[in-house]
Amino acid sequence: MADAVLRLDRLHKRFGALVVTDDLSLDVMSGELHAVIGPNGAGKTTLIHQISGLLAPDAGAIVFAGHDITALPMHARAALGLARLFQITSIVPGFSALENVALGVQARAGSSFRFFARAADEPGLNEPALAALADVGLAERAHIPAGRLSHGEKRALELAIALAMQPKLLLLDEPMAGTGHEEGARLTQVLRRLKGRFPIVLVEHDMTAVFALADRISVLLYGRILASGTPGEVRADPRVVEAYLGEEME
Amino acid sequence: MSTTLLVVQTLNGLQLGVLLFLIAAGLTLVFGVMDFINLAHGVQYMLGAYLAVAFYGVTGSFVAALVLALAAALAFGLLLEFAVFRQLYDRDHLDHVMATFGIILFLNHGVKMIWGAAPLSLPMPEALSGSVRLADGLIYPVWRLVIIASGLIVAALLYVLVAHTRIGMLVRAGATNAAMVSALGVNIRRLFMIVFGFGTMLAGFAGIMIAPILSVDPGMGDTVLILAFVVIVIGGIGSIRGAFLAALLIGLVDTLGRSFAVDILRPIMGPSPARTVGPAVASMLIYLLMAVVLYLRPTGLFPAKGR
Amino acid sequence: MALAEAFPAPPRASLRAQILPIGIFLALAILPLVAPATGVGYLVSLGARIMIFAIAAVALDLLLGYGGLISFGHAAFIGLGAYAVGILAAHGFTDMLIALPAALAISALYAFLTGIVCLRTKGVYFIMITLAFGQMVYFTASSLAPYGGDDGLTIAARSTLLGFPLLKNDRALYYVVLLCLLGSYLFCRALVASRFGRVLRGAKENAVRMETVGFDVYRFQLTGYVIAGALAGLSGFMLANATEFVSPAYMSWQRSGELIVMVLLGGLGTLNGAIIGTAAYLLTEEWLSGYTESWKVIFGPVLVLVVLFARGGLIGLASALTRRLGRG
Repeated sequence: MADAVLRLDRLHKRFGALVVTDDLSLDVMSGELHAVIGPNGAGKTTLIHQISGLLAPDAGAIVFAGHDITALPMHARAALGLARLFQITSIVPGFSALENVALGVQARAGSSFRFFARAADEPGLNEPALAALADVGLAERAHIPAGRLSHGEKRALELAIALAMQPKLLLLDEPMAGTGHEEGARLTQVLRRLKGRFPIVLVEHDMTAVFALADRISVLLYGRILASGTPGEVRADPRVVEAYLGEEME
Repeated sequence: MSTTLLVVQTLNGLQLGVLLFLIAAGLTLVFGVMDFINLAHGVQYMLGAYLAVAFYGVTGSFVAALVLALAAALAFGLLLEFAVFRQLYDRDHLDHVMATFGIILFLNHGVKMIWGAAPLSLPMPEALSGSVRLADGLIYPVWRLVIIASGLIVAALLYVLVAHTRIGMLVRAGATNAAMVSALGVNIRRLFMIVFGFGTMLAGFAGIMIAPILSVDPGMGDTVLILAFVVIVIGGIGSIRGAFLAALLIGLVDTLGRSFAVDILRPIMGPSPARTVGPAVASMLIYLLMAVVLYLRPTGLFPAKGR
Repeated sequence: MALAEAFPAPPRASLRAQILPIGIFLALAILPLVAPATGVGYLVSLGARIMIFAIAAVALDLLLGYGGLISFGHAAFIGLGAYAVGILAAHGFTDMLIALPAALAISALYAFLTGIVCLRTKGVYFIMITLAFGQMVYFTASSLAPYGGDDGLTIAARSTLLGFPLLKNDRALYYVVLLCLLGSYLFCRALVASRFGRVLRGAKENAVRMETVGFDVYRFQLTGYVIAGALAGLSGFMLANATEFVSPAYMSWQRSGELIVMVLLGGLGTLNGAIIGTAAYLLTEEWLSGYTESWKVIFGPVLVLVVLFARGGLIGLASALTRRLGRG
C-alpha cells in the first residue's frame, strides 16, 4: 500500500477564541490529486498556510516525505520539495517570467552563494526554466516582465515556478479564483496533464474543476474534515450534501 | 548614592518620560494611521520652542506666548501636511525618510538663519519658577512638577479621547487598518489632517514646556527625535498605551542610567575604567534596550496591528 | 535545438549601457592630470573625497537599491574603518598590511553581529535598529578619551606599505582610492547579476515568494549586509588616510542620512547613480558653502522636490530626458 506523502496528524490552530483548525488529520497519497473543499471560512487557506509553513499550528504534527516538518521554516520545506501557489498570485513583478522560473531552478541547482558569474547567462538555469514555461504554455512570454502578464498568465507563471522546483508535493490555493471560463478550462487542462507526476493538494471552490480533476476529495467544515473519499462517495454523502454541496451543486 | 539623589533623578526621569510621551504620541499615531515616517516631527518640537520665545518677546507673557505659539505651530504643521506630506502617503518609507530629512535640513538651518545659532532662553512664569519642598532635604523645581503634571493630564485626555469618543475610535481603527476605514466611507483625508495636526500640537507643546529649562537651539529637535522613535519602536507602532509606557521607561532608564552608570560600574571594573566607560554605556543604554526588545519582539511591545 | 535559441532574450544594450560608467571612470582617471591647468588647488583632494564616499555609497546602493534594506547606520561602518586606522596608528601600527585588514575585519564583524539582530526586523523597525547600532558606535567613539573623544584624533602620517609611504603623495592617494572605487564598483556589479544578487533582488520585491521557493532570505540578506559593511570599512580606511584625522562626526546619524541622500540623488539601484549622486552632493556642498553657511536651507527643499518629482534621481532624469529628445 502506497505510503502517505503528506500526513497531517491532529492539527490544531486557533486565533484568539476562534478555532480555525480543529483536530484535523489528513493523508495525501503518492500520485493523487486530493481536493479540499468547503464553504468560506472553513479554514482551507489557513490549512495550506500551516502545511507550507507560513503559519505554525498550535498542536499536531505534519509529516512530509518521511520528515517531520512541523517546526521547519518555509524555505526548508520548499527545499524538501514542498511547492505552493498563493490565493493572490505571488511572483516577482520586476523579474521577467523566465527569471522568475529560473529562481525555482536555482533553488534546486547547487548553491546560490555565487557572486561572480552572471546568473542570467547560465544555460543550466535557463533551459529547465524554459522547459517549465513551455509546460504551462508561457514559453513565448518568457522575457516579458512578470508584472505585465495577465492575471491568468501570472497564475501559470506561479505554476511554472513550482514545476521548476521539481516538487514532491504541490499545494494549490484556489487557482481558479478570478479566472474567466476559458482560462479556467485551460488551467484545468494543464493540471490534468500534471496529474500523477507528483501529489497535488487542491483547495478550490470551482466544483467543475474539482470533480474533473480530483482522485479524492476531503470536505472541510469549521476546521475539521466532515467527509473524505472518492468524488462519487463524497457527492453521495448525505452529510456533505446537507452542509455544503446541496447549495453549490448547480 | 543618596536616597534624595535617587528620588530627584527618578522625578527627572519621569519628567523626561512625560516629555517624550508628548512627542511620541503624535509620532506613533501618524505612523500608525497614515503609515508615514515623519522625521520632521522633531523640528515641530523645536519650532514650538522658538515660536514661544518669539511671542514672549512680543507679549511679555508666558501664557500668551504658549497659546500663540501652539496656534502657530499647528498652522505650520498643517501647512507642511498640505504642501508636502499629503503627496507622500502613497509612497514607500524611503521617500518619507528622505523628504522629511530634507525638511529637517531646511528648518534646522532656517531657524539658525532667523534666530542665530546661539542658544535662546524662555523665562518661566514667575509664580511657578521656584522650588518646593517635597520632603526633608528634598527640594524640587516647581516647573518640572508642572511638566510632569501637564504630561499626565494630556495622557489622560488622550486616553479619554481615543478610547471613548467617536473620533478616537476612528483613529484606533485607522491605526489597525486605514484602508478598511476609508472603504467604510470615512473621510480619511480629514482624519489624517486631524491626527497630524494634533500630533504637531503635542510636539510643539512639549517644546514650549521644556524651553524654560533647556536652552533653545537649532538641532534641539534631533536628539529628541531619535529618542521619540526609540520610544515608539519599543512601545509598538500605532499604540498610545505603548508609547506612554515606553516613554516612561526610556525616560527613567536614560536619566537614572546617566546619573548612576559610573557608580554602578565602579565596583565592577574599578574607578578609572568606570569613569571612561560609564558615560558611553549610559548614552548607549536606551539603544541596547531597544535592540533587546526588538530581538525578542520584532514589532515592539504593543503594536496596534498585532503581532 | 536548445530552448534558449527557440525563445531568445531581447538583446542587452551592452555597450551603450557601459558608456556612463566608462565615462565616469575615465573622467576620474584624468582629473589629477588636468587639475593643475584649472588653477583650482584642491580639486584632487576633493576628487579623492568624492570617490571615498562613493565607495560607501555604492555599497549602500547594494543594500538599499537592490536589497530594499533601508540602513540608517551605514556611516558607522565608515567610522569603524577610520578608527581602526587611527587607533592602530596611535599605537605605532602604521602599515596598511595591518591597518587595512583590521579596518575591513572590524566593519565586517560589526555588520555581522548587528545584522543578526537587525535583519529579524522589517520596515521602520529595521530603519530604527540600524540607526540605534550606528548611534552606539558614535557614542562609544565620543567617549574614547584616550583617542580624542569628541574632538577626534589626528593621525601622524598616512598608512605605509611595508615601510614605503605609498599614500603620502596626494596624487598617489587619489589613484589608490580610484582603484578601490573601481574594484568595489566592479565587484558590486558582478554581485548584483550573480545568483546571490538575484536572490537579494527577488527578496526586495517578494520575500515570501523567495522563501516558498526555498531561499533562506535571512542568510542572503545578512551576507549582503556584511559585504556592504566591509566595503564601507574600506571607505573609512581611505577617509582616515586622506584627512589624516578621525572623529565621531564621521559616524553620526546625519551622515548616514546624507549617504542615503547621495544614493537617492544619483539614482537608486543603478550603482552608477551612487557615484554620480555622491559627486553631485559633495560638489554642491563645496560650491554652495562658499556662498552661504546655510546652504542646507536651499538643499533641504531641493531634496523634497527630488523625492516628489525626480524619484529616479539624476540618472532617472537623464533617461527621461533622452527618451523625450529621442521622441521629439
